[in-house]
Amino acid sequence: MKKTVYTLCFMCSVRCPIAVVVEDDQVVSIEGNPHVPAMKGGVCPKGAAAVGWVNDPQRVHGPMIRSGARGAGQWKTASWDAALDYTADRCRDIFEKYGSKSAVYCERVNLATDVSKTFMKAIGSPNYFSHDTVCKGSINTACRSLTGYTDAQINADWGNARHVILYGRNIFESMEVKAMNALLDAMRQGTKLTTVDPRVSITAAKSSRFMMIRPGTDLALNYALMHVIIKERHFYDVKYVDRWVEGFDKLCNFVKDFTPEWAEGETGIPAGDIVQLAKEINEAKPAVIFHYGYRGSSHPNEIYFRRSIMILNALMGSIEAKGGVFVKKGPKDVGLTAGIRKFSDQQFPKMADGRRFDGCGQDKFPIADTAHGVGAMFPSAVLNEDPYPLKVLFAFRYDPLFSLCDYQQTLRALEKLELIVSCDINFGGTTSRADVILPESFFLERSDPLQMAAGLKPAINRRIACIKPRFDTKPMWWILKQLAQRLGVGEYFPYETIEDIWKYQLADMGIQAEDFDKKGFVSLSDKPLLWNRENGIQFKTPSGKIEFVSSLMEKHGFASFPPYENLDTPQDRFRLIVGRCAAHTNVMTQNNTYLNELVPENVLWINSNRAAALGIKDTDLVEIASSVGSGRLKAFVTNMIHPEAVFMLHGFGHQEPESRRSYRRGVADAMIQESIVDPVGGSPAFDHTLVTVKRV
Amino acid sequence: MGDYLIYTDPASCVACHACEIACKVKNQVPAGASLGKIVVLGPRLMNGQPMMSSLFVPCFHCEDAWCLNACPVNAIRKRNKDGLVYILRELCVGCKSCILACPWHIPQWDAAAGKAMKCDLCMDRIDEGLEPACVAVCPTDALQFGEPAALSQKSREAYGLGLLGRSRTRYGH
Repeated sequence: MKKTVYTLCFMCSVRCPIAVVVEDDQVVSIEGNPHVPAMKGGVCPKGAAAVGWVNDPQRVHGPMIRSGARGAGQWKTASWDAALDYTADRCRDIFEKYGSKSAVYCERVNLATDVSKTFMKAIGSPNYFSHDTVCKGSINTACRSLTGYTDAQINADWGNARHVILYGRNIFESMEVKAMNALLDAMRQGTKLTTVDPRVSITAAKSSRFMMIRPGTDLALNYALMHVIIKERHFYDVKYVDRWVEGFDKLCNFVKDFTPEWAEGETGIPAGDIVQLAKEINEAKPAVIFHYGYRGSSHPNEIYFRRSIMILNALMGSIEAKGGVFVKKGPKDVGLTAGIRKFSDQQFPKMADGRRFDGCGQDKFPIADTAHGVGAMFPSAVLNEDPYPLKVLFAFRYDPLFSLCDYQQTLRALEKLELIVSCDINFGGTTSRADVILPESFFLERSDPLQMAAGLKPAINRRIACIKPRFDTKPMWWILKQLAQRLGVGEYFPYETIEDIWKYQLADMGIQAEDFDKKGFVSLSDKPLLWNRENGIQFKTPSGKIEFVSSLMEKHGFASFPPYENLDTPQDRFRLIVGRCAAHTNVMTQNNTYLNELVPENVLWINSNRAAALGIKDTDLVEIASSVGSGRLKAFVTNMIHPEAVFMLHGFGHQEPESRRSYRRGVADAMIQESIVDPVGGSPAFDHTLVTVKRV
Repeated sequence: MGDYLIYTDPASCVACHACEIACKVKNQVPAGASLGKIVVLGPRLMNGQPMMSSLFVPCFHCEDAWCLNACPVNAIRKRNKDGLVYILRELCVGCKSCILACPWHIPQWDAAAGKAMKCDLCMDRIDEGLEPACVAVCPTDALQFGEPAALSQKSREAYGLGLLGRSRTRYGH
């Protein structure tokens, strides 16, 4: 008999609500949850391809202990007891010598993240970091410096916006389905979309205006927009700025020389176009979204670029406006006294040494978010034993080897570790080099802790198993509890089953697990919740306002408005910029049978004129090289990229022999990118590396 | 396309290819083959502004189908009730005549089975009251499935309502 299960996808981190039709324990179809209209009944190509992993012979089929050299592809299958005992025994030995702080835990934030954090607190190590730090650390810090909220605590009201400005934010290829549809619907009603990017993405092609910008100069464009908005035209929302902004005078003074004519020289965008954009934004305000994320223009000063975006939102009065940027609302905003209970909120023994491996929230990155850490510091912390020896890595659903810049450095760091424990669905780069693999069940095969989805209309979402695990795999919340028990800290995991977890989470909310059966989620509000713009916006900064002059930054010695620094690309080099396509999620999906067929490898986008000068023709094999590495891939010669930039998709060039479809297809951007970090915000400068390109 | 039509709205299509993947998953299409195909022109620059457009190309289910006429063993049939053209796999001898005869070479080759396969517009799903997998999965509703008359009604109504909604003049007054 066919049945429909409402659950949450996890082919990427968006976690779209989906409807899975199952018959005889087989997946018949995966479509969008029909109870969520913005899904339009569909899913993205990754969601459609999820089935490709269910019976994949190249998945991790059960617990494994390494039997050959690291990365040689030689494994001994083990029972769960044997693999967990082995892991715990090795941990105990290492912890005895170096302390439990010698363990680092990294993961892609997921529904079991609360359990991950509980595990680290229970064993007594402060060294947790998440994918978020690498993806958007500086965005997080920029948003907090201005509003007190992280980027994850705000969102964009796409559907009601009248003008949206995206900086490299590739909304039509990153496939956040609900947001994408809200924007497409709005565009059908006349909403304008301006895309700023050195390269023509699908998003650029769907935009009403595309501005091909010189790589690394987005900040100049924004300063010029501010100049026009404040100095030349008085376009800003005077009432809003008077009420909600601290440090406006400082900004006025700061932007007085950043004329559109100056910005034209920096960005290559005609001054008249900049003024025209400002005029159109003025007409649309406050229903304007300058989107703060995600890929694009990541340089060592990224914090200031991300701040400039949010400052533009504030100037147009768009923060907490219909059609603007809003603070996500949660249980307290709908009158509930409590939200979802967290295991990580229990009382844990105090750690003897609270120093983190990355110095996040401490000496090295005083204002980066400790909830996510500064993952980019992991390799150097291991190699330099700074601030102390790191010996164990738990890489749970995250692959630092291909995700962090400078692959060779990360590889050396992994080699130095005494124990690598990986929890993965398939063989990623780090998993392939692990000492022990504790494989997680695929998202269609497992139930997970509930998700509090704060938003304009807050809701709680549930992932529930649709089919039985095909192989000897387990959910992460189970694996972590087993490990914790073996390490003598099982008492912090007061559950046996997923139902126990749901009950614990919902204990204070008056909601039952059965309430999710009908639609897969429980809505906490029917109407969108916006705070009163006169006096009700609850900014979490010390002043309760949007702090153009940031107390968070100034307190730690970081200027709010440092002088603009010009970023030049030498004539014989290119700036390597990276991004994504609709088919793949970071470094995770390249071996999926369907997605691999759709986009099997990356190519190097290079400007036609620059290519001609180098004697490079379309589809020629070229070598790209930086100070840290090189690789060979095919050239895509096009006029759709700025002459100073070359572009490649993130996530290819896999080296793990077990993943045969993606093995050595294309080039890993991590192999080329230098490890440079924004010292204020904490993001790696993904788009900063200078490269040479030559025909092979 | 038998009695049906799949319409592509290029403004909504983001060229994500979910349609192709859902088709492959549903119909167990081997690597390299594709029953339905989204054809994308662009992105390309026109006067400095990028443009793109797309069109979904499944089997057209021709009224006088070349593939059906070419099949020497009558493995290709046409449903009386709605004109869908499909292959009876057990009768296919793998001669590839249908692939050669089709002006667009739409029938595909399943090397493992040694047989041809083609889009049947997911007629099993249609019989259950569902849309073909390619249309159902489309995340932006860029693909629309239906009978030509119904699609026409829907499009005209959407266009008319759009005009009425935007206009300050009151039509008919």
